[in-house]
Amino acid sequence: MDTPSDFTFTLSCPIPISDYPNVLLAHGGGGKLSHMLVEKMMLRAFGNPALDARHDSAVFTLDGGARLAFTTDSYVIHPLFFPGGDIGSLAVHGTVNDLSMCGARPLYLSAGFIIEEGLPMDTLWRIVQSMAQAAQRAGVQIVTGDTKVVDRGKADGLFINTAGVGVIEHALRIAPQSVQPGDVLLVNGDLGRHGMAIMAVREGLEFESAIESDSAPLNSLVQELIGAGIEIHCLRDLTRGGLASALNEIAGAAQVSISIEESRIPLRDDVRAACEILGFDPLYVANEGRLVAFVAPQDAERALDTLRAHPLGQGAARIGMVGEGGRAGIVTLRSRIGASRIVDMMSGEQLPRIC
Amino acid sequence: MKYLDEYRDGDAARQYAQAIARITTRPWTIMEICGGQTHAIVKFGIDELLPEAITLVHGPGCPVCVTPVDLIDKAIEIAAQRDTILCSFGDMLRVPGTGKDLLSAKAGGADVRIVYSPVDCLKIARDNPARQVVFFAVGFETTAPANAMAVYAARQQGIANFSILVSHVLVPPAMEAILSAPQNQVQGFLAAGHVCAVMGYTEYEPIAQRYHTPIVVTGFEPVDILQGVHLCVRQLEEGRAEVENQYARVVRREGNPQARKLIYEVFEVGPRAWRGIGEIPNSGYRLRPAYADFDAERRFGLTARAAEESSECIAGLVLQGVKKPDQCPAFGTRCTPERPLGAPMVSSEGACAAYYNYRRAAAQPARR
Repeated sequence: MDTPSDFTFTLSCPIPISDYPNVLLAHGGGGKLSHMLVEKMMLRAFGNPALDARHDSAVFTLDGGARLAFTTDSYVIHPLFFPGGDIGSLAVHGTVNDLSMCGARPLYLSAGFIIEEGLPMDTLWRIVQSMAQAAQRAGVQIVTGDTKVVDRGKADGLFINTAGVGVIEHALRIAPQSVQPGDVLLVNGDLGRHGMAIMAVREGLEFESAIESDSAPLNSLVQELIGAGIEIHCLRDLTRGGLASALNEIAGAAQVSISIEESRIPLRDDVRAACEILGFDPLYVANEGRLVAFVAPQDAERALDTLRAHPLGQGAARIGMVGEGGRAGIVTLRSRIGASRIVDMMSGEQLPRIC
Repeated sequence: MKYLDEYRDGDAARQYAQAIARITTRPWTIMEICGGQTHAIVKFGIDELLPEAITLVHGPGCPVCVTPVDLIDKAIEIAAQRDTILCSFGDMLRVPGTGKDLLSAKAGGADVRIVYSPVDCLKIARDNPARQVVFFAVGFETTAPANAMAVYAARQQGIANFSILVSHVLVPPAMEAILSAPQNQVQGFLAAGHVCAVMGYTEYEPIAQRYHTPIVVTGFEPVDILQGVHLCVRQLEEGRAEVENQYARVVRREGNPQARKLIYEVFEVGPRAWRGIGEIPNSGYRLRPAYADFDAERRFGLTARAAEESSECIAGLVLQGVKKPDQCPAFGTRCTPERPLGAPMVSSEGACAAYYNYRRAAAQPARR
């Protein structure tokens, strides 16, 4: 039970308002401030065993013994349409992927629409159709929903929230806490495409051919890995904050060190070029169809083969491993010229540099 | 990728590192001027390849870091005014002013926008004729041509609601200030390649001679920097003090005369205050009288005010190469990118940010 002093403490805002009297964009950027907002405010207010696992989805067991995964995510992307997808397909893929990252088979989604007055009906129809197609491709059904319309100027065209339920049909415990020293890290393809596709459209950057988002549902890929009997310890989709933030979160939650090799991280030349121009580090750029898998070393080669045999894993690569020892919670990268450096969690948002 | 992969090649880097080790007979301290070079050194671990006798110290070439606090306060004050849009390079937004930074001003309702080129501001000004559009024009000689172009084009096109808040600084006066300081340890320089792409390097020749200090115009990739160090060490070992050009694929001795012509059309050289260092004579650009209408300080009637710095921040010593970031007692504890005491902790060219992001040591051991 709370002691009186604990009680007073929980009444005051846990994020000192002297530091941040207002919410900054960086509180939603997937870096340190986002992390702090969740850790210090949300977890403190809502804390319970399912939430405290800090996974992409909450996992719980029903009375009959069935294990379910449950998750939600909101989509506020601008522009609504981008090369390789739109807010509708993204809203389906994102939630399907969050369920997949705990090894669940996604079944049912909800869809909540917050629509700005004046949005062309045709735009909404295209997005709804796109969601229907994405759901069909992923093998999930959108079974409930809600629509709200707000005054012009109160939303950026359209915001979508989706929640999803999936069923876990295996005995693996796919979570950061299962990560072991010696685990091998695999990614299912080249990184940074989604973030740079959005950035290129927003900023009017033109390349020889448009960079397309990698947005895709990863459930069938994950089911292949599980079906192949791979000893998967942890999965994480590399969304906001990119590979670097995902690895830092896992290294912190599992209290292990992680090392990756710069030369093994798959990047397409157009994405690299766009990052160089803007001064972005591709390790921090968002993906919407990429995951990192932590697998037992004896299964690493088989896992890589399984990934490569799937259409969404053809560019899969082995990028690093969990250290034996090293410094807990720290991610290091061996650079192309052979030196080692820290890969930190992103602080704030990536901002284009001066020159 | 062409022009990148060959300059990030591990074998080539190791060969240059070995070549440096072969010619080094005693300790030398070399300063890289540009914060972009500092980040490459720390990010790729270039200094780890060098023989122990070679010390790289980090220079003042971080435009965000040397922009005075009172100018940031002025930018925040402009941004807070009604019907005003403040445009800036992304880097400036997190730099602490006296009370807050531009990102907080934005969160508080100010219209602060990131632009990639100052010329983009002209479109914003045309699209918002009833509002004042101000560009925060910071930087070294590298950004001066584009900033000059924005002002020049604004006058040509009669865009009256555009102005710039100028804090332009120049490299050669800063190098002289470092070399003539009593505590100076710098024996050779890697000059900033992109500054020289605009300015050329004739102005460095008298400095090399007067202070008997070798200066090597150097690029930004690992192999560039190792080649630059190699040329610099060779001069030091041979007792020479010349200007050499490692970055010949980009830099010519005469620089870019057209870009310079544009700079001098719009700007003139004047004294400038450097954050953490103080005022250096003839070390910056200000708008020429013919372009005074585009001066935001004048347009908004801003006057000098008392700005406050953290008394604990040693940014000035870091920027002059006297101290390394991790020699600061506040480094990584009371000063972090989330709660910076000074600008070098948040700029993408700041030395403290480079050390924090890539080098910071952590205390606890890993689970075994």
